[in-house]
Amino acid sequence: MTEEIRIGVFICHCGINIGGVVDVPTVVEYASTLPNVVHAERNLYTCSSEGLESIKAAIKEHNLNRVIVASCTPRTHEPLFRATCKEAGLNPYLFEFVNIRDQCSWVHMHEPESATEKAKDLVRMGVAKAARLEPLEELTSDVIPSAVVIGAGISGMTAALSLARNGFSVHLIEKEKEIGGMLRNLYRLYPTDELAEEFLEQRIKAVKEHKRIALHLSTSIKAVEGYVGKFKVILDENGVEKSIDAGVIIVATGAQEFEPEGLYEYGGERVITQLQLEEKLKKGDLDWAGIKNVVMIQCAGARGEVVGYCSKICCMNGIKNAKLIKEAHPDINVFIAHNELQAYGEEYELYYRDAKKAGVRFLRFPLERRPQVRRSDGKLIVDVFHERMQLDIPFEADLVVLSVPLVQNPDATQLSKMLKVPLGQDKFFFEAHIKLRPVDFATDGIFLCGTAHGPKDIGESIAQGYAAASRATIPLARGYVHSEPIISSVNEELCVGCGICESVCPYGAIEVVETEEGRRARVTGVKCKGCGTCGSSCIRRAIKMYHFTDEQLMAQERAAVVTEVIS
Amino acid sequence: MTVKSVLVIGGGVAGMQAAFDLAEAGIKVCLVEKTLSIGGRMAQLDKTFPTNDCAICILAPKMMDCYRHENIEVLTFSEVISVEGEVGSFKVKILRRPRFIDEEICNGCGDCARVCPMGILNKFDMDLRVRGGAYIPFLQAVPLIYALDREKCMRCGLCKVVCGKDAIQYDQKPEIVEMTVSATIVATGFDALDPSSITEYGYGRYDNVITALEFERLICAAGPTGGHVMRKDGKEVKRIAWIQCVGARDTRDNRPYCCSVCCMHATKEAILTKEHYPEVETYILYTDLRCFGKGFQEYVNRAKDDYGVEYIRGKPGEIREKEDTNLEIFYSPSSDKVEILEVDMVVLCTALIPSEGVEALAEVLGVELDEYKFFKLKDPYNFTETTRDGIFVAGYCQAPRDIPECIAHGSAAASRAMEVVLGGNRNEKSQ
Ligand SMILES: Cc1cc2nc3c(=O)[nH]c(=O)nc-3n(C[C@H](O)[C@H](O)[C@H](O)COP(=O)(O)OP(=O)(O)OC[C@H]3O[C@@H](n4cnc5c(N)ncnc54)[C@H](O)[C@@H]3O)c2cc1C
Ligand SMILES: Cc1cc2nc3c(=O)[nH]c(=O)nc-3n(C[C@H](O)[C@H](O)[C@H](O)COP(=O)(O)OP(=O)(O)OC[C@H]3O[C@@H](n4cnc5c(N)ncnc54)[C@H](O)[C@@H]3O)c2cc1C
Ligand code: SF4
Ligand code: SF4
Repeated sequence: MTEEIRIGVFICHCGINIGGVVDVPTVVEYASTLPNVVHAERNLYTCSSEGLESIKAAIKEHNLNRVIVASCTPRTHEPLFRATCKEAGLNPYLFEFVNIRDQCSWVHMHEPESATEKAKDLVRMGVAKAARLEPLEELTSDVIPSAVVIGAGISGMTAALSLARNGFSVHLIEKEKEIGGMLRNLYRLYPTDELAEEFLEQRIKAVKEHKRIALHLSTSIKAVEGYVGKFKVILDENGVEKSIDAGVIIVATGAQEFEPEGLYEYGGERVITQLQLEEKLKKGDLDWAGIKNVVMIQCAGARGEVVGYCSKICCMNGIKNAKLIKEAHPDINVFIAHNELQAYGEEYELYYRDAKKAGVRFLRFPLERRPQVRRSDGKLIVDVFHERMQLDIPFEADLVVLSVPLVQNPDATQLSKMLKVPLGQDKFFFEAHIKLRPVDFATDGIFLCGTAHGPKDIGESIAQGYAAASRATIPLARGYVHSEPIISSVNEELCVGCGICESVCPYGAIEVVETEEGRRARVTGVKCKGCGTCGSSCIRRAIKMYHFTDEQLMAQERAAVVTEVIS
Repeated sequence: MTVKSVLVIGGGVAGMQAAFDLAEAGIKVCLVEKTLSIGGRMAQLDKTFPTNDCAICILAPKMMDCYRHENIEVLTFSEVISVEGEVGSFKVKILRRPRFIDEEICNGCGDCARVCPMGILNKFDMDLRVRGGAYIPFLQAVPLIYALDREKCMRCGLCKVVCGKDAIQYDQKPEIVEMTVSATIVATGFDALDPSSITEYGYGRYDNVITALEFERLICAAGPTGGHVMRKDGKEVKRIAWIQCVGARDTRDNRPYCCSVCCMHATKEAILTKEHYPEVETYILYTDLRCFGKGFQEYVNRAKDDYGVEYIRGKPGEIREKEDTNLEIFYSPSSDKVEILEVDMVVLCTALIPSEGVEALAEVLGVELDEYKFFKLKDPYNFTETTRDGIFVAGYCQAPRDIPECIAHGSAAASRAMEVVLGGNRNEKSQ
């Protein structure tokens, strides 16, 4: 390298997050003694406007061609610092992050001296690597201006319609013969009590009539290839195979009701789930004559019984059906045995009050002592534990309704594998960031909405449908995507085409192709996530990982153990 | 007059997300924020449930992304004073209040604040710390431009002397900016209720009864006490109780609704307390535990099983201060007996209400509010749509919701505005 290396190091106090433990001035002083470092400073918050301005000013003033920030974590802050370098005219890949918050001040909170020593070590390692960084250029690729939405429940319908209105053509894929999803089975909806059928009618019409929406009914996904901007989705539509190209994919496959097999004497006509109750109410084929007492049991299978989570909608749904029964048959006693009651927000609290007014009786049980259902002399008895009296109170029931949680569809696992997006511990699709990116997947160009993401009501499913449409519109409207140049590349002179890399790559980004010189591995840049799996498995050392080259990493490692000045 | 495509009112997480999505899709946005910095309430929080991510650490990059975006113009310290016209072409007037510091010139060095002799309680820190008359609300404020508090300023003139860039302008006047936009998104968030009106809990009278937002500032490492949870008398806390639904789910002041986030933020605050001080006893007094979101039940389990947070069902009738300023909480776990819990600090999880000035704004926008002053929906199942075409809504100002829901809602409102701008959707019936 002919150019003189001029490194600037910026060490962040992060208020007292770092500065309260690590002796930042000492680390700055140390950094300034390291080879190639021509400038070192500290900032109260390097990420504040003030901090960023000082990075830019130092780049100009000291003619820096490498920048290091030692602060919190690249996960949240690397893009910001890279962009700052870029604004100051420096290639953003000449930036190196050193993590002294997560790796020093947080984990060694009670050993400030060792934390400071470790911060020095990490900075030294960063400097060693930075000296060997190479400028890289971002990759750009085109985006096919259409979308695939998988699942035509209310959330998928909403997403499809909004994308279509935003000007893009949409393929809406539904495995059933009709669109509408779970709502097709329901009777009336909280909080308005309108008929589900009426609710759906207009909305289904709007989807069916939109000229930019192509419906694929009785269709399943067979395979998904490609990457953001250029997906290829292979469908099985009524037994016929079809292939669709799209720029983005939205997952809106919903959820289903948990089947409480073996719990609460479930089975038959008298112990049913809420969904079964709705179906009966809808058909109007429930024989009310023999029914005097209805008992609903909340959290049946949820919150630690079978699944761990709270299913969010079953309290309101129980309250709804209890209220509807009570309103239609005032002489029937309707009890809801519950632990907590998720009547959150504005409308639902009021709705709950209405149900109480209508005469629905609420019985609270402790989670450690859930109700028991038993049969005695042909009668159904529900024992509900009364906490204050410390005893079980028996309620005779002619109908027991189990409020069971929503659970993931069984075929979601397969879909998650095809799309290479994760499921969480609760089996629902797992978003990129639980706080900040609720409808994005970590994989670019794939989004999610509705109950596929976790239990939620109609309003929130619709909101997420719109949200996914917004996120998906971004690449579609731009027409191109940038992707990181931190990817692998193959030295074809060393490669022997053994294919080990192809078999280990989790993104299908590297494959062996025939070339004039024989079989060689080839990388599809946009697909590559730079995970390095191929690089570490190549027996010929033919794979170079940009930004994490052998040379860069070796220098960093050497600096970890050799504290003497190296250059 | 400038032509912008979308106006976003309110720079909290919901408004920022809406602005950001639109800008990323190539649409020009003007983001109007009432205070000196964008960020909203989330900037005031210490950590966030249910992951305990540091709030400002994950928010600051989003604030910068918004501010630096080439398609977003951020107008802080500003308010929308008039909106005329209709979807596709709203004529908007925005009042820019004077900072008395030139925004173009100030580089945020803070020299003026260092010399300012004034000490004024800082609202951002819930009045628990003082700032100067020349100030920014918090260190990560975006934009990093100082302002002079001329109402309290004693006109000593020091700031003007010291400002090396000559940015101080004592005679700056309010300005009115006009623009035309195709659609508008309101995202004005919430305020916390001042619980002094709930006299039985003694807020304002008792030293160690504080609100949850005050607690968030106390336990925050960058907060007024550097993260130390201290009583007024400087003594260490030993027993803290959180009281849920203070002024909420309460028909007395016609606030029957549930604020949706307080059960979980109390859980978070108790967990954080246990992390800082494992020996402190923590109690949460609640009516119904609202643990319905993704990962919430698991979070509550952890609070109980791993941290030893105690949940007590029972709404306190009264709090009395003892001579030693400890507090006695009178509550009934069941209807027939009263129990007393003695603690040395009480945190009130107060009702969250639509932010101040929302009625005036609704009038300017020509949209309706509901009975509790949340923005009213045209269709109860579509959370994005106000009663006026082309004016969409996002975040807490429409109804109670937590951060991820506000973010999804921000994106949702953005898609509705995109329908107008990109799709030219004026009257296709929305669903
Ligand atoms: C008993 C019950 C009563 C309820 N009552 C109410 C109420 O009153 N008010 C309220 O607000 N909410 C209620 N809900 C919740 C409501 O049903 C959901 O909020 C809503 O259905 C979620 O919509 P969705 O589009 O996300 O999912 P779904 O409605 O589940 O739709 C998903 C769609 O995707 C399709 N699909 C799934 N996998 C694939 C695949 N691999 N390929 C192609 N297509 C696929 C499915 O066939 C389905 O059509 C109730 C839920 C239940 C269970
Ligand atoms: C003590 C406490 C702890 C919490 N903890 C958590 C948590 O851990 N996790 C979680 O998910 N949620 C938490 N929340 C809830 C969270 O704060 C809200 O969900 C979120 O901040 C709402 O975002 P928003 O953008 O809708 O509103 P806000 O954050 O309130 O932002 C609204 C913005 O609009 C501005 N504004 C208001 N009026 C006008 C006007 N007329 N013109 C222009 N601008 C205006 C305001 O200044 C503000 O910047 C907590 C809430 C409290 C009270
Ligand atoms: S750069 Fe990271 S460490 Fe520094 S203030 Fe910002 S968040 Fe904290
Ligand atoms: S919503 Fe209600 S019934 Fe459903 S799991 Fe949660 S607490 Fe139980």
